[in-house]
Amino acid sequence: MKNLLNPFLWIILVVVVAIAAVPIVTGDASLRETLFLILMLVVLASSVNIITGYTGYVSFGNVVFFGLGGYFAFYLMQNYQAHFAFAALIGGIGATLVAVLIGVPVLRLRGAYFALATIGINEAMRTFVNSFEPFGGSVGMFFNYEVYNAYGGAKNALWLAYDGIVVVALVTIVASFLIKKSKFGLGLMAIREDQDAAQVIGINPVRSKVIAYAFSAFFPALAGALFFFKNGIIEPNVAFDLLRSIEALVMVMLGGYGTVVGPVVGALVYERLSTLLIIAPPLNLFGMSLGFSQLHLAIAGLLLLIIVLFVTAGFVGWLRQQFPRVRRYLE
Amino acid sequence: MTTATSVILDAQKISKRFGGLLALDQVTFSINAGEILGIIGPNGAGKTTMFNVVNGVYPPQEGKVIFRGEDITGLPPYDVSKRGVARTHQVVRPLGELTVRENVIAGACFGRENLSLTAAGRVADEVIDFVGLSPRKELLASKLNVAQKKRLEMARALAAHPILLLLDEVLAGLNPNEVADMLSVVRKIREQGVTILMIEHLMHAVMNISDRIVVLDYGKKIAEGTPQQVSNNPKVIEAYLGDPKVAQRFLEGAR
Repeated sequence: MKNLLNPFLWIILVVVVAIAAVPIVTGDASLRETLFLILMLVVLASSVNIITGYTGYVSFGNVVFFGLGGYFAFYLMQNYQAHFAFAALIGGIGATLVAVLIGVPVLRLRGAYFALATIGINEAMRTFVNSFEPFGGSVGMFFNYEVYNAYGGAKNALWLAYDGIVVVALVTIVASFLIKKSKFGLGLMAIREDQDAAQVIGINPVRSKVIAYAFSAFFPALAGALFFFKNGIIEPNVAFDLLRSIEALVMVMLGGYGTVVGPVVGALVYERLSTLLIIAPPLNLFGMSLGFSQLHLAIAGLLLLIIVLFVTAGFVGWLRQQFPRVRRYLE
Repeated sequence: MTTATSVILDAQKISKRFGGLLALDQVTFSINAGEILGIIGPNGAGKTTMFNVVNGVYPPQEGKVIFRGEDITGLPPYDVSKRGVARTHQVVRPLGELTVRENVIAGACFGRENLSLTAAGRVADEVIDFVGLSPRKELLASKLNVAQKKRLEMARALAAHPILLLLDEVLAGLNPNEVADMLSVVRKIREQGVTILMIEHLMHAVMNISDRIVVLDYGKKIAEGTPQQVSNNPKVIEAYLGDPKVAQRFLEGAR
């Protein structure tokens, strides 16, 4: 595993740890919430990057695994008083199994058909959970506060959830790096570039894609479990919110698809940008008050349009194109 | 051919239909170890379809493909590749956003030998050197010109250390100097003991380099033999060349 000694990987990890440690040291709960969200987005973006950026299969509905992981874990925590870390792991494994089951037929589709199918899967799952009584149907599920007692109270549980997302984010980045540098990752990129040529070289495309899809399901499921553990409530419209996966794709495109650090940068920039827009004072135009908070999605859309038209490779991809010498260091 | 030579590939009565079109009609041929077998024929004769049947891109409706004694009919391309069959494509298919070296590493590590990335890297460096792409190793494959892309196709196929190499028009679109270079590469590959099945339109080249030639026309095999035999075959001259002047040039090319 000489790849684990790569200085580039360690630089990202150190930076992430350094930022993530700030609220733990200062005890700043509001910063903790902001960073929880950013780290969660890092996980979502880096995961969808495995199937979309490395393999070239655009997964619009990847949030389905975030929701499923959340639901599986929530169910275990509420009904069996499972420890949140254990529940998250089971949620992750459950979502991964679902990804494999869905992936085997769906990953035979190519291009736009696959992208559309992933949206369909997410919407179908939301509709199903909406009327699935064990998961609380359309009302969802919520904890009574006793669940948090096992962790020394609700306040402590929030900190534990934060520690959890830090660990999950670090593991996701390491996995994303190792996959990219592995033979398996080379196979994924070969499939992205030309699936038919990849087959002729000796790559089994369906098997590789299903494994990639499983990875891109596992980490969001862990994040979902932690997110809903922290919230204490889960409902279908929040768990299977298609917008969340589209935003994750915007982050990947913004940072640079197919790179390791791109989704991390993309998640950070996107989250900061949308927060800025939400808290920005309204603009007075011709006597109309125009709030940016309603506009932040429109601006996200515009941003995506600009990237797709002019900087297809994203920020990190652009750096790699402009300065071939940094390719070796900037993955 | 003497009886001592062993048969590497045996295609038996292959038929392939696309809707109403019979692309291959009961085609039979075989290749012996170490041989270069040329497949020629007019456009649409079924040459590339034959390759696609041999390496598993299409399963044939009838017939069998036997590779080193094993029936590989209908196996998917990645399984055929693992058994030691590599190919190049008529229309080059570089993995554009990967570097030249990464392209060739992919060829080495997923093929017959199933190498690790490190070992594949060493093989790739050798093969890239062999086809003369060393100065462009770290370039993105999409940045190469046509001749270089053809070399890359060749390198990627060779990196798998194949037993049988299928070359689909590797000379098309090259200038005379590039053709000569490529032919010497093909000869060197044969010297390494690789058996070669090649589709080629460039007559003088294919006549010079092949041990034997199979002629396809409208999906049927109309002739088979040494370049001399094939070029003197009236059926070939009539059906394939038609024009006596072209036929004359064809004959000259064979010498």
